[in-house]
Formats: sequence, C-alpha cells, structure tokens
Amino acid sequence: MVKFCSLAEALAENLVDGDTVAFEGFTHLIPHAAAHEAIRQGRQELTLIRMTPDLVYDQMVGMGMAKKLIFSYLGNPGVGLLRRCRDALENCYPRVVEIEEHSHAGMANAYEAGAAGLPFAVFRGYRGAGLTEVNPNIRSVTCPFTGEPLAAVPALRPDVTFIHAQKANRKGDVLVEGIVGIQKEAVLAAKRAVVTVEEVVEDFAGVHPNCCVLPHWTIRAIAVVPGGAHPSYAHGYYARDNATYLEWDHVAADRESFRAWMKKHVLDAKPEVFASRVGHLRRAA
Amino acid sequence: MSGPGFTPEEMMTIAAARALSSHDVCLVGIGAPSAACNIARLTHAPGITLIYESGTIGTAPEVPLSIGDGELCETAVTTVSVPEMFRYWLQEGRITVGFLSAAQLDRHGNINTTVIGDYHHPKTRLPGGGGAPEIATSCGEVFITMKQSLRGMVEKIDFFTSFGHGDGGDARAKLGITTKGPTLLVTDLVTKAFTVASLHPGVTRDAVQATCGWKVVFADPLEETPPPTVRELTTLRDLKARTEAAHRGEKVAAGTGGA
Repeated sequence: MVKFCSLAEALAENLVDGDTVAFEGFTHLIPHAAAHEAIRQGRQELTLIRMTPDLVYDQMVGMGMAKKLIFSYLGNPGVGLLRRCRDALENCYPRVVEIEEHSHAGMANAYEAGAAGLPFAVFRGYRGAGLTEVNPNIRSVTCPFTGEPLAAVPALRPDVTFIHAQKANRKGDVLVEGIVGIQKEAVLAAKRAVVTVEEVVEDFAGVHPNCCVLPHWTIRAIAVVPGGAHPSYAHGYYARDNATYLEWDHVAADRESFRAWMKKHVLDAKPEVFASRVGHLRRAA
Repeated sequence: MSGPGFTPEEMMTIAAARALSSHDVCLVGIGAPSAACNIARLTHAPGITLIYESGTIGTAPEVPLSIGDGELCETAVTTVSVPEMFRYWLQEGRITVGFLSAAQLDRHGNINTTVIGDYHHPKTRLPGGGGAPEIATSCGEVFITMKQSLRGMVEKIDFFTSFGHGDGGDARAKLGITTKGPTLLVTDLVTKAFTVASLHPGVTRDAVQATCGWKVVFADPLEETPPPTVRELTTLRDLKARTEAAHRGEKVAAGTGGA
C-alpha cells in the first residue's frame, strides 16, 4: 500500500544502515532530494548501486556513507571526473570503498533480470574487456542451443530503490516521461521503492496509454518534492542546470570546500529548498 | 588566429565528421564524438541517424552537451529505455558506426578510459567504460577521435576498457567478434586507418611521430586533408558557441534541454 508522506518520513521508514540501495535516473530525473535526505539522516555502510554515479554519489561517497559502489560510468557527464569518488578510490579518503564495476549493458541487463525475477542476466557483452579480469561477478555461460559463449552477471536486487518522477495521481500511480532510463527496472527489481514527484494530480486522464506508469501497488512511499531532481532535469518542468555541474568540478576538487558546500546546501537545508533552485530553469509560460 | 584560419582541434572535429554519411546509423559516444557527429548531420550527412546511449534514437540536438539532455529526447524519432537500447538496438547489430573517444589508445585501436596505473591501486581513476565495451564490439565498425599526445597514444594501454584489435591480426575473430572494430582514427594532426592516410594542412611527419607513443606508419602516397570549408567551420563554431552558452546557464536560441 503506497503512502503519501514527507520525504524525511519516507526515507526514515525505508532506508536503514547497511542497505543495498539504488538512486536511479539516467542523466534525467536523478533523485537528488532523496539522496540529500539520506545524507542528512546519516545513513551508513550502504552499498550504492547506480549506472552513472554522477554528483549524487560523489556527495554520498565524499560523506563516507558508502562501503561499496556498483556502477558503470563514474564521470560528471559533459564535464569530466568525479573528484570525491577519485579521492576514495585513489587515496581511500574518507574511507575504503569497495567497487563492483560493469558496463552499461551489464548493469541494464542486471536490473532487467532483477525486475524479471531471474537469478542472472545473459547477453552478448564484455568480449575482450578488462573488466572480466577484475570483476568476479562477470562470468560466462554457453548457449544450450548454439554453443555461443555469452556474458552472465547476477541480477541486481536492491533492498530499496529511490527515483524521482514527474507526477503521481491520487491513487499513487507514478508517471515517468522523456528519457525513461532504467527507473522502471530499478523499481521493479527492488524490495521497496520510494518516489519523489514534482506534483500530485487528481488522475491521469489524457495521458497516452503507452506512457511509463508504475502502478501504485509497486511503490511504498511517495513524497512531493518540486525541483527534487535538481541539478538534473525533469522533462516538461525544468531544464538541466549545466552551470551547477560545472561548478561541482571546483567544489569537489578540495576536501574542505566540499565539506563546506555540503554543510550549507545539504546538512543545513530542507527538501523545500529544491523548488527555489529550479525557478530560473522553468520555461516561461 | 594566425595561419590557416582554423585550429587543429577544429580540423579534427571536421575531418571526423566527414567520415560519416547519410546512410549511417551512428551511436554517439560522450565527448568529442558528439560534436563531430552533429557537424556531419548539419552539413553533408542530413540523413544520418544519431543514437545516444540514453535511449534517444534519431536525435538532432542543438547543444549536445551530455548524453542525456532533454533536447536529445525532444528532437528524437523515439526514446527507448536503457535496457532496450543496449539489447534490441546495439546488441542486435542495428548500428553501423560507433564513435568513441579515448584517454589512452594503442596502435591496434584498444581503448582505455578506466584507469591510469593499477586497477586496484589507481594513480588516476577515470570514469570507466559506460556503454563503450559493447559499442566497440557490437557496432558494424568503430571510429575513434582524440587529440594526439605521448600520454594518450601509447605502446601499451593500462587497461582494456574497450577491445579494438587486441594484439593485431585475427584477435577479434578469435574472441568470436564478427564486427570490424576500429577502422578509422582522426586526430588533431592526421586521418588514418591506423596507417596514416592523410596529414592535416600544415602538419609534418615529425610532428605526428613526436606526439605518438608507437612507431607511426605513413601511407604512400600520403595525402593532405582538405582544409575545413567555410560552411563546416561556421557550423562547428555555432555549435560550440551554443554549447558554451548552455554551460553558462544562458538561454539558447533553439531551446534548452528538458523543460
């Protein structure tokens, strides 16, 4: 049964220390507000899953919340490297973080297997790739029909998945539009799913029948957080804040400037601040 | 600027763009390839299908800043989920060209974007492969574009992120890979199919060897790359100006991503 509540309550009830958790969104609808709430509530020893860790995991890794990272692209899209993640992997600061690295194809297939209730995913991939030598979870199976060797990776089954979506209706069904990424698979693969939304509408009358809708009974909790994907974007609501992605490269370059930024913009902030961050990014009506 | 009226980097992007045709279905890698692919679309190859790994098929962005910007979706013929992109479109072999960049590259077209130094104790941890390991083996062929440097073009790469031709010869076939792999490398100095076919205007053989960590082989006869046309240069500079404006958070004429 889906519950409409505050973000603080949704997070407190669904994420515990030691969980394996995915905050998904493929460059679009990245659930920043939910991740910031996890940082404020001080969750520890998390295994963080995300195809493109992006700023949101750079922040969580920099705050020392992650014991392990499962990922496929550790960059700041369009800008460069993730400097807090680099500090963790190169210098073990602020702590040692174990990594399990895949390709996008590997992660996408693994989420899909999780959503489908299969123990592993099979696909044509990783041929000649060095990752096969450093990640013991990348293995091989032989096709029983053709004899072709194929890659196999274990299904991803997060304890909890957080996503941000455009809207929910009163029943708690959730609509995702635009670049839909991996969110549907990440939600259905997880034991629990929490969604932040831009708004709640009465019903989905007029929505195209083929739109990506997650039925209310697949979701545990919904919190309304306008702007909750900032600095990524919400298709139809606000644009990507490219300047913030560039600025992050400087903020995260230094341990002290990172801590100061996190205190001001995350630890001492509330979810309501996200609405003000996207004001200048909303298209003039 | 003095001299030829264009920079080596502009020449690189334009020479890379020229390798694409209207018949191509091209998976666009992050970074330098995006500019080249869009210059092709905006000049001599208007019929090209550009695909980004975020799931956008047949897209026509004004500002190709990242691989997931809203504008990619708004201008696309269709947008599919990430698993569908990698399973139905890339893995099945529907894509003719994969366009990649590299942090480190060897003479056989093997690419490293994962790590400098040891994987478990990295000197520099780079972003990693993303979609590239499968782009390199599932696309019909692979074009690579990168600026030349002794640090980037090396005898031996530190990590095999994306497989090219291994140690050379039939290394791909031995792994059961049926696609061509890297067939073209365009740098700021030359265009080559791993044997240098064409020097960009004003570039010497010595300059090419001085910035490449392996023994460079030149074709005979060796051609000179035609310089950028006015249309190519104008298109490229307009694209860069729009991208820089978007970086600063300014409104861009054709509409910013997302909203």
